[in-house]
Amino acid sequence: MASSVTTAGTGPVFHLEEEHAHAEGSSTMLGFWLYLMSDCLIFAMLFAAYGVLGGNYAAGPAPKDLFDLDLVAVNTTMLLFSSITYGFAMLTMDKGRVAATQAWLAVTGLFGLAFLSIELYEFAHMIHEGATPQRSAFLSSFFTLVGTHGLHVTFGTVWLVTLMTQVARFGLTEANRRRLMCLSMFWHFLDVVWIGVFTFVYLMGMLR
Amino acid sequence: MPDTLTKFIFGRLTLDSLPLHEPIVVATFVAVALGGIALLGAITYFKLWTYLWREWFTSVDHKKIGIMYMVLGLVMLLRGFSDAIMMRLQQAIAFNGSEGYLNSHHYDQIFTAHGVIMIFFVAMPFVTGLMNFVVPLQIGARDVSFPFLNNFSFWMTVGGAILVMASLFVGEFARTGWLAYPPLSGIGYSPDVGVDYYIWALQVAGVGTTLSGINLICTIIKMRAPGMTMMRMPVFTWTSLCTNVLIVASFPVLTAVLSLLALDRYVGTNFFTNDFGGNPMMYVNLIWIWGHPEVYILILPLFGVFSEVTSTFSGKRLFGYTSMVYATVVITILSYLVWLHHFFTMGSGASVNSFFGITTMIISIPTGAKIFNWLFTMYRGRIRFELPMMWTIAFMLTFVVGGMTGVLLAVPPADFVLHNSLFLIAHFHNVIIGGVLFGLFAGIAYWWPKAFGFKLDPFWGKVSFWCWVVGFWFAFMPLYILGLMGVTRRMRVFDDPSLQIWFVIAAFGAVLIAAGIAAFLIQIVVSIRKREALTDPTGDPWDGRTLEWSTSSPPPAYNFAFTPVVRDNDAWWDMKKAGYARPLSGFKPIHMPSNTGTGVVLAAFSVALGFGLIWYIWWLAALSFVCLIATAIGHTFNYHRDFHIPAAEVTQTEEARTTLLAAQG
Amino acid sequence: MKRFGALLLFPLAGLLSGCDLVVLAPAGDVAAQQRDLLVVSTLLMLVIIIPVMTLTVFFAWRYRQSNAAATYAPDWDHSTKLELVIWAAPLLIIICLGALTWLGTHLLDPYRRIDRIEPGQPVTEAHKPLRVEVVALDWKWLFIYPDYGIASVNELAAPVNQPIDFRITSSAVMNSFYIPALAGQIYAMPAMETKLHAVINRPGTYSGFSANYSGAGFSGMRFAFHGLSDQAFDQWVTQARTAPATLSRENYLDLEKPSENEPVRHYASVDPGLFGAILNLCVERGKMCMNEMMSIDAKGGLGLAGVRNTLPLQYDKLARRGAVFGNDPSYVASICTAEEAAAAARAASDVTPKDWPARNLSPLRGAGLLRPGTESRRAEADTPSLGLLRREL
Repeated sequence: MASSVTTAGTGPVFHLEEEHAHAEGSSTMLGFWLYLMSDCLIFAMLFAAYGVLGGNYAAGPAPKDLFDLDLVAVNTTMLLFSSITYGFAMLTMDKGRVAATQAWLAVTGLFGLAFLSIELYEFAHMIHEGATPQRSAFLSSFFTLVGTHGLHVTFGTVWLVTLMTQVARFGLTEANRRRLMCLSMFWHFLDVVWIGVFTFVYLMGMLR
Repeated sequence: MPDTLTKFIFGRLTLDSLPLHEPIVVATFVAVALGGIALLGAITYFKLWTYLWREWFTSVDHKKIGIMYMVLGLVMLLRGFSDAIMMRLQQAIAFNGSEGYLNSHHYDQIFTAHGVIMIFFVAMPFVTGLMNFVVPLQIGARDVSFPFLNNFSFWMTVGGAILVMASLFVGEFARTGWLAYPPLSGIGYSPDVGVDYYIWALQVAGVGTTLSGINLICTIIKMRAPGMTMMRMPVFTWTSLCTNVLIVASFPVLTAVLSLLALDRYVGTNFFTNDFGGNPMMYVNLIWIWGHPEVYILILPLFGVFSEVTSTFSGKRLFGYTSMVYATVVITILSYLVWLHHFFTMGSGASVNSFFGITTMIISIPTGAKIFNWLFTMYRGRIRFELPMMWTIAFMLTFVVGGMTGVLLAVPPADFVLHNSLFLIAHFHNVIIGGVLFGLFAGIAYWWPKAFGFKLDPFWGKVSFWCWVVGFWFAFMPLYILGLMGVTRRMRVFDDPSLQIWFVIAAFGAVLIAAGIAAFLIQIVVSIRKREALTDPTGDPWDGRTLEWSTSSPPPAYNFAFTPVVRDNDAWWDMKKAGYARPLSGFKPIHMPSNTGTGVVLAAFSVALGFGLIWYIWWLAALSFVCLIATAIGHTFNYHRDFHIPAAEVTQTEEARTTLLAAQG
Repeated sequence: MKRFGALLLFPLAGLLSGCDLVVLAPAGDVAAQQRDLLVVSTLLMLVIIIPVMTLTVFFAWRYRQSNAAATYAPDWDHSTKLELVIWAAPLLIIICLGALTWLGTHLLDPYRRIDRIEPGQPVTEAHKPLRVEVVALDWKWLFIYPDYGIASVNELAAPVNQPIDFRITSSAVMNSFYIPALAGQIYAMPAMETKLHAVINRPGTYSGFSANYSGAGFSGMRFAFHGLSDQAFDQWVTQARTAPATLSRENYLDLEKPSENEPVRHYASVDPGLFGAILNLCVERGKMCMNEMMSIDAKGGLGLAGVRNTLPLQYDKLARRGAVFGNDPSYVASICTAEEAAAAARAASDVTPKDWPARNLSPLRGAGLLRPGTESRRAEADTPSLGLLRREL
């Protein structure tokens, strides 16, 4: 495009002769990145709410009465593994190997489901003990922060299944590669958020 | 058993929810229903449904979406203004033991609805509409980055507006003030549907706003014509960029805080409750972290409009382009550091208060620099007093007063005596009407010929202008005085008769503004009828400076037959001076996005979801949620979202314009 | 046009002279200082606002299209000197205003004790402040005078030229305590305490009200503030002491119920711990006080043992209807021996479900469950020291 800006012998050029196509989906990565940042802000708010309310146990249970760090460690591992396997899916995608990509995606999805199951078990256990979101502001903000992350993972999993269907049907087309890239960003983003949750909520909660 | 069944089907919606006992609401409903039936009947009679659906509702053309946003803003302006004039009337007569004509149940809804509607469903659609229409044209692009998303964003905004309007006739709206501070807005003190309407209307519209913000940032960053560096972008595009950055960086905060409030109300969590360790003041902080940037989201694009208008109608380059851009960026950043000035009276320490007071004052420095820049753009110009320029001068004279009272309110001890008083009300109407609304009218008058190919009638425009400007001063100067008399906002009845005269003057001002709105509507009708006489075949009626004036009016679907190349920040001015010749041949097929109805469908499901949640109709909520997700997923299976306009069609369109221009001489 | 403007000004001046611009002419020294700051800031800003407005009109007129005599410089768009001026001029004003703000905010911090009664008359040992405890109720004001053991509703009185120390809270929703003639406003918030220090210099009756919308009866939340001479104030106190009503905790719970446009009422005596209990949301017997709950929380909560102990914590009893999702609240109603439990069960069967949980819960019922080994903090609840402190950022 730069060539047209220069003045050709007759005078300045004010338009492109050739169709100036913005490549299909050229803005998608930027747009998705902006979306992730806006999502990040939602998490920031939830972290802030937890920061303000996290110590308000309302004469009820505190983190160390409730959290099972071993379980959370297993859970964190699940999510971290899922990120690694998603990475492998992207590597195989770059080589154009459909079956391998699908396989890695499936493994990622399974790790995601395992993460969700463990989280649901943890929640169910806490609620059973009476530590419900209604019990105290600490529990409200805990359930909301961790639950929102879980909800994101759930949506990520639904999206993953959708994309696997699309890859199966239409192959690793340009559009599908772009979508897989977006989901990849989303998935790793959730991983980063989880590391925040693990440190800020669980580890520091046990220290408190 | 039937009772349980009714409860299952209708949730808490019963016949009693219809406000049949409120004669004012019933009369409004009858009027709206008759008007609606007439409109729908007319559309059916003239067989316009297919046309509207194909050419407008499903359109992904940024110009059409922009215009639809403006129509939405205008319709909601009428609603919001009805609320305003009802308040003015109530406050003008509720003296000497009179209760006025509104009970507190009704009055409290009106002032809440007025605020919510004016900010979210009048100012926001107007501003977004203007940006949508103008930005791609100014940067020489064919459309926005994500055309489908643009359509979806618009319909989500409409969805929010529909929910707010529904609250007028089904149930009630919030009685909490426009920011719904807890604990008052908590389930304990507002157990009815009002606050739920508020929450879901804003959530639905908020999704649209955030996505449209992302969309426009991408458009401005990625879609600029070759040669248009950041520092060659028109100022309106710059202010739009900053506004959209603000949108993306602040609306998620609103979404989060309203979600927490919703959790408190639906699930019984304790974020903002008095008991169980909740903290209502956290809501106030969080909502203003969104709320203050929101103020700049509204005003910044209009600063852009004033820059374009001043420069065009002074026939002169904008003075201090670089400092204008930096001023805009500085305002953008600083707008996040001032939120606490909305509640100095909460009892924060003196150091915290003075910090936020001083940061607020610092914002007035770049704003002041902007005013000076416009001033020196006029200096040594050749000023043509067309309507847009008249609005700009009125803005400069009005806005500085609002700015001054704003800085006054930023002095914490002064705020202690003026907070929540009518002085505050006068201040923010002074900047929002004097800044945002005057700017919108300037922008509408300025770009109308671009959108429709004919100018707006100047006579009715001037009538509207004078009614608005004079009406504004009559309506709000008394409020400044009342504020100094210690009168607080949101009062329904008064016991001091010496105040009444000022409220009567204010009501008179509101009537003048009503005349201004009427004149504006008449102006549109008259202009459409006289469009032959007002026509502008050149596409450049004002001797414009930026790229949008280089194409035809209205622009073709593809905006520009050839992508323009930019050498200067007044690109079109530069082209005209350098003897630009319009290309007449060599047209290529143009790649464009296809229309789709998915946006409408998704927004409709969102409205149903919101309605189900508001009325506890769980089956409806669940069903529409599932449909929403299914439709969204289904949409991703459509890989064919674009088409090419054949070269022959482009040639035909362009040749028609050549003929038109030739006839012009 | 000019003459027309002048004509307009006459009725305006007439109108203004007829009305009471209380914010600009207050009767209290604090409000007067706030007024001074307001006026000085306005003048400071007018230094730049007036030239801008004048220039706008002048340039618009001078460079109108029809004036061919004016210079036209279409490409002139930059001048470093001018740029410097247009950034520096507002900057200078803001520096002055900022300094003024910093000083004024610290000097007029409502939490700070006042140090003068009037200009030139410092506060001395002789000025014993009058303490007033203010509670914003739905929708009326309660004023408690701890030094006199009296209370009043919707009427406030204070002797002139004596410092007044207000402690302010609210029972349900947020309000703002504002007497324009006396001093600036400050929020009244449930479970939080704000403070205001002020003095009234001229005798008279002034109006006070809530400056923050708080629901249906908000418009009627007005009260008269009487600035009285010392003798008149003593009379007022004596008169209040002869009032028939007293303000016990039970009476307070009745008073607290939402009501609109309440008439003035006096109480001859007040439960001494009432304000602390209101502040800590524990007027009702059997409720855990907020300060108690917070000190438990600061020590790490009560663990799972306290998880079902929610009844003493519930507060928003007047209107709270519960949320639609979530489990039904379950709570420990009592901690007791087997015999007590049996007796309670027998008693409960006699009580209609509507009355339960009733108000006369015995203090034993779980309020303030303590961890084994910690000392009792019940005593603190009755004499709350700090309450829920000011929440700063």
